[in-house]
Amino acid sequence: MSALNLRLSRWAERLPSLRPSLANLRGWAVPLALLLGLETLVRSGILPAHQMPAPTQVAQTLFHLAVSGELLRHINASLLRVAGGFLIGAGLAIVIGTWVGLSRRAEAYLEPTFQALRAIPSLAWVPLLLLWLGIDETPKVVLIALGAFFPVYLALLAGIRNIDRKLVEVGQLYQLSRFALVRRILLPAALPNLFTGLRGALSLSWMFLVAAELIAATRGLGYLLSDGRETSRPDLVIAAILLLAVLGKLSDSLLKYWETRALSWRDSYQGGEN
Amino acid sequence: MSALLQLQNIHKAYDGLRVLDDVSLSLAPGEIVSLLGPSGCGKSTLLRIAAGLDQDFSGALEFNPLLQFGRGTGIGVVFQEPRLMPWLNVAQNVSFADGWIADEKWVQQLLRDVGLSGHADALPKKLSGGQAQRAAIARGLYGKPHVLLLDEPFSAVDAFTRMKLQDLLSELAERYEIAVLLVTHDLDEAFYLSDRVLILGGTPSRLQRELAVPLARPRDRRSAELAYLRGEALTELYQSHAI
Repeated sequence: MSALNLRLSRWAERLPSLRPSLANLRGWAVPLALLLGLETLVRSGILPAHQMPAPTQVAQTLFHLAVSGELLRHINASLLRVAGGFLIGAGLAIVIGTWVGLSRRAEAYLEPTFQALRAIPSLAWVPLLLLWLGIDETPKVVLIALGAFFPVYLALLAGIRNIDRKLVEVGQLYQLSRFALVRRILLPAALPNLFTGLRGALSLSWMFLVAAELIAATRGLGYLLSDGRETSRPDLVIAAILLLAVLGKLSDSLLKYWETRALSWRDSYQGGEN
Repeated sequence: MSALLQLQNIHKAYDGLRVLDDVSLSLAPGEIVSLLGPSGCGKSTLLRIAAGLDQDFSGALEFNPLLQFGRGTGIGVVFQEPRLMPWLNVAQNVSFADGWIADEKWVQQLLRDVGLSGHADALPKKLSGGQAQRAAIARGLYGKPHVLLLDEPFSAVDAFTRMKLQDLLSELAERYEIAVLLVTHDLDEAFYLSDRVLILGGTPSRLQRELAVPLARPRDRRSAELAYLRGEALTELYQSHAI
């Protein structure tokens, strides 16, 4: 009896260390249940397999794609486009956003134009981009850059305009140059907003990638989607959707990880109990 | 010119409303001067003018050429709030003026001076109000200034912390031979710390009176002389309808 008690108390000691990992696993419950339910429904014939393939069949399709090397080719193409477009768009947004944030005059000149450009649904640019830039990589990257630009620009501008004037005054006191003021006070202080913008921009980048690849591409996940539709293969479509979900999530997690590290100085509310 | 800092016939108006009317003051080396007055009397404005943060005034602002020697402006400023950069740790905040090329030894020395030696790597969010203000004082001293300007620096901390910080300021000013211009609305603080107390009042504000505090340091907060001087100041403030 006492041996059992001892063992129990040892277990109890270990429990707190187990808890966080258990909490991390909670997020898997819903998707796993959905997959299981779907598999059952398709296997039992309630859902027609030619319209809704079973999860195992999608897994098979993915496996074949991976083995043939096709998968890597498509993912590579899409990743490069997203990375290129996102970096160009976000980079330009940081430069221009900082400039407009610093200078009322630049704001007076540029803001109305940007507001107007922003009002155009970015997909409306597609025909023009195709006319101007052809159907190779350039229009895709440009479209993604367009999509990534505005969230970053707006968030950064709002962030800079929200900075406590008192901190900027410390910079004046130390007679910082304009560039030093940006680097040492404005950008760090606007970093929380900037990250929000970057994460928004990243998810938009994936959206615009699909739009660009659906229209004219011979590689990439968007191409896989349209290929699946044209050859009536829902398993291919779902496989591509899954890949987009995974890549989108992974890239966002990467950015979030970076955000958490870069913003550890913030003294903000972290949410309630577990 | 023997004064380190001289403000002559300063006039200042906000949107046509006159705030400061012909105010002159000077700060001699090693001297501690307090500007005392009710809130809204323009004493912080005067300090911002002296710090070079407010250029929109008429009158003359003269600095002793001595201030220009060495690095920086020769003037340190401590604000009412600590104004630490939340993304920099305490040591980086103290050496903010120099950024990456900070003088680590001097930072360590200053942190010891203000009683924060164990907190060099702490982020501002981990500091108490008093600790944050200590860090701000260390930052003000980092440029080895000849003049330290303080704008109600202890008004946001509790009474006990305030007394400690006042002693700290007086001790550091003496050790590093710094002249101090202190803006305050605290009579006790003004007389306890200063060699001269300037009373600012009226609308627009003028210098109402100058009271010398010819008492040796360290001073006793309970001393009768300080109580008498506080009484004088109160009388002056009543007469100028400041309170």
